[in-house]
Amino acid sequence: MTDVIARSDEKAGAVPPQASAPARGGARERWVRRAPLLPALVFAIIVTQVPFLVTLYLSTLGWNALRPGRREFVGLDNYVSVLTDSRLRAALANTVLLTAGAVIFSMVLGLMLAMLLDRRFAGRAVVRTLLITPFLVMPIAAALLWKHALYNPAYGLINGLFGGSSDWISSYPKAAVVATLVWQWTPFMMLILLAGLQSQSEEVLEAARVDGAHAWQIFTRMTLPHLRQYLELGALLGSIYLVNTFDSVFSITQGGPGTATTNLPYEIYLTTFRKFEYGEASAAGVIVVLLTIIVATFALRVISTLFRMEEGR
Amino acid sequence: MRARLSRTVWGTVAWIAGIVFVFPVIWMVLTSFKQEQDAASNPPTWIFSPTTDQYAQVFDRHITPFLLNSLMASVLSTLFVVALATPAAYALSLRPVAKWTDALFFFISTKMMPAVAALLPLYLLVKNLGMLDNVWTMVVLYTSMNLPLAVWMMRSFLLEVPREVLEAGEVDGAGLLTSIRKIILPIVSPGLAATALICFIFAWNEFFLAVNLTATTAGTAPIFLVGFISSEGLFLARLCAAATIVSLPVLVAGWLAQNKLVRGLSMGAVK
Repeated sequence: MTDVIARSDEKAGAVPPQASAPARGGARERWVRRAPLLPALVFAIIVTQVPFLVTLYLSTLGWNALRPGRREFVGLDNYVSVLTDSRLRAALANTVLLTAGAVIFSMVLGLMLAMLLDRRFAGRAVVRTLLITPFLVMPIAAALLWKHALYNPAYGLINGLFGGSSDWISSYPKAAVVATLVWQWTPFMMLILLAGLQSQSEEVLEAARVDGAHAWQIFTRMTLPHLRQYLELGALLGSIYLVNTFDSVFSITQGGPGTATTNLPYEIYLTTFRKFEYGEASAAGVIVVLLTIIVATFALRVISTLFRMEEGR
Repeated sequence: MRARLSRTVWGTVAWIAGIVFVFPVIWMVLTSFKQEQDAASNPPTWIFSPTTDQYAQVFDRHITPFLLNSLMASVLSTLFVVALATPAAYALSLRPVAKWTDALFFFISTKMMPAVAALLPLYLLVKNLGMLDNVWTMVVLYTSMNLPLAVWMMRSFLLEVPREVLEAGEVDGAGLLTSIRKIILPIVSPGLAATALICFIFAWNEFFLAVNLTATTAGTAPIFLVGFISSEGLFLARLCAAATIVSLPVLVAGWLAQNKLVRGLSMGAVK
């Protein structure tokens, strides 16, 4: 399945100007060049591709581990039951909502913070350190911190500071999870966008100012187009990580109330380790992979564009 | 004058944003030094006499083996990743093999595959091998988890070795080992350190595989925290102490390496 992605971007990768043409010499020379690559390649294939092939195989079996000895080939039945299952459709919708919500909010906040940090002011390095800190806190620790120390209705910090006695997690479960994710991922977006801002040519901006462009015009006509690839990269990498969100759902809401925050990784986890429906869980896993490939193909295209820019320099 | 004013204003805004963002972490550390009744009070307690009781409690409850498991899984997997990724990155940058872009994109596409889709086969395999709840299982899995990232990062650092210097070395008769030792390593070692650090961070923080494949013997630091998921109120200060302990290594490492962090996180695509 990964071949599909690799192929689609084959044309994108240009030969780096500084590299000599790929090995032309004899077979021996080619193997000498390949040798350093092989251990990593073989390892990656065995550990990542083989399990996926097994998942593909398991997804065609009717297999519940609670009923041992009853394991039979059922073709695409698991896919049918997965796709018609209302829980799974809810999980799919939740995954899209949680991922999109977290990516969009962290992107907007990250952009604002990157713009602030792109200016000179006293203590800029310290502020940057403060801002990246949430990203470094262990995700499960962060999730528990928000659940108990911030959201708790009786003694949580949010109610403590602003008054009231809201039970944030049961009243606004999705928002509670998204807010935690946004807090953790805004620094990531900020760092990527800051790198983009700092790669802007100072002279061109200065020239625009001399020509009388307003700050807003400079932002919309120059900065945003320049940042486009960085925004895309941040959004796509963020989506790839956030689609897999498990820690915060597992610890803050356990997918609830009801199925309000059950996303695909959590639902598959429940199907595998709580219901022991191995066949259905595998089919759901395959579907998640297919969905991820769609996002990943776009991500790879963006990366390969940046990649070409790098080679072109 | 106006420029200076706007600098002060925007600087202040940035400082406020920084403090708001870091505040939950400050609160976590503050709470970890409270007694439980101060931690679970409403309104929040600001003035209290600090105590290290909660830290003592956390160590009494045997967090140490969990920390050691995490240390072992993170450090060993990082060593393996670097050992596998550096030669591979060399073969994909300075002396590229044919179809090097395919190989590069293959690595990254494995990173994009959701772990949940591979969990069941891994679980069944590991169970049949009798390797459930074994630190070495986590070492292997974390190695494969971080390998693509490391290949991409190392490649982007290796590309900074000036081709001319390498060629000049070859003309002067430097063998491969000499040029690695005298030319390549001095240039890429900061990048190597950054790569290792990011792999360490991801392995240390990993939860999904750990919660499904380890238990009491090989449980890593995040697993120690699982016990706090449903603790209602009584153990908030202790939770904060545990959360501070498990987050500390990565916080320190990340603060020290923040300049390299962005490049690692975007897999070398952004400098």
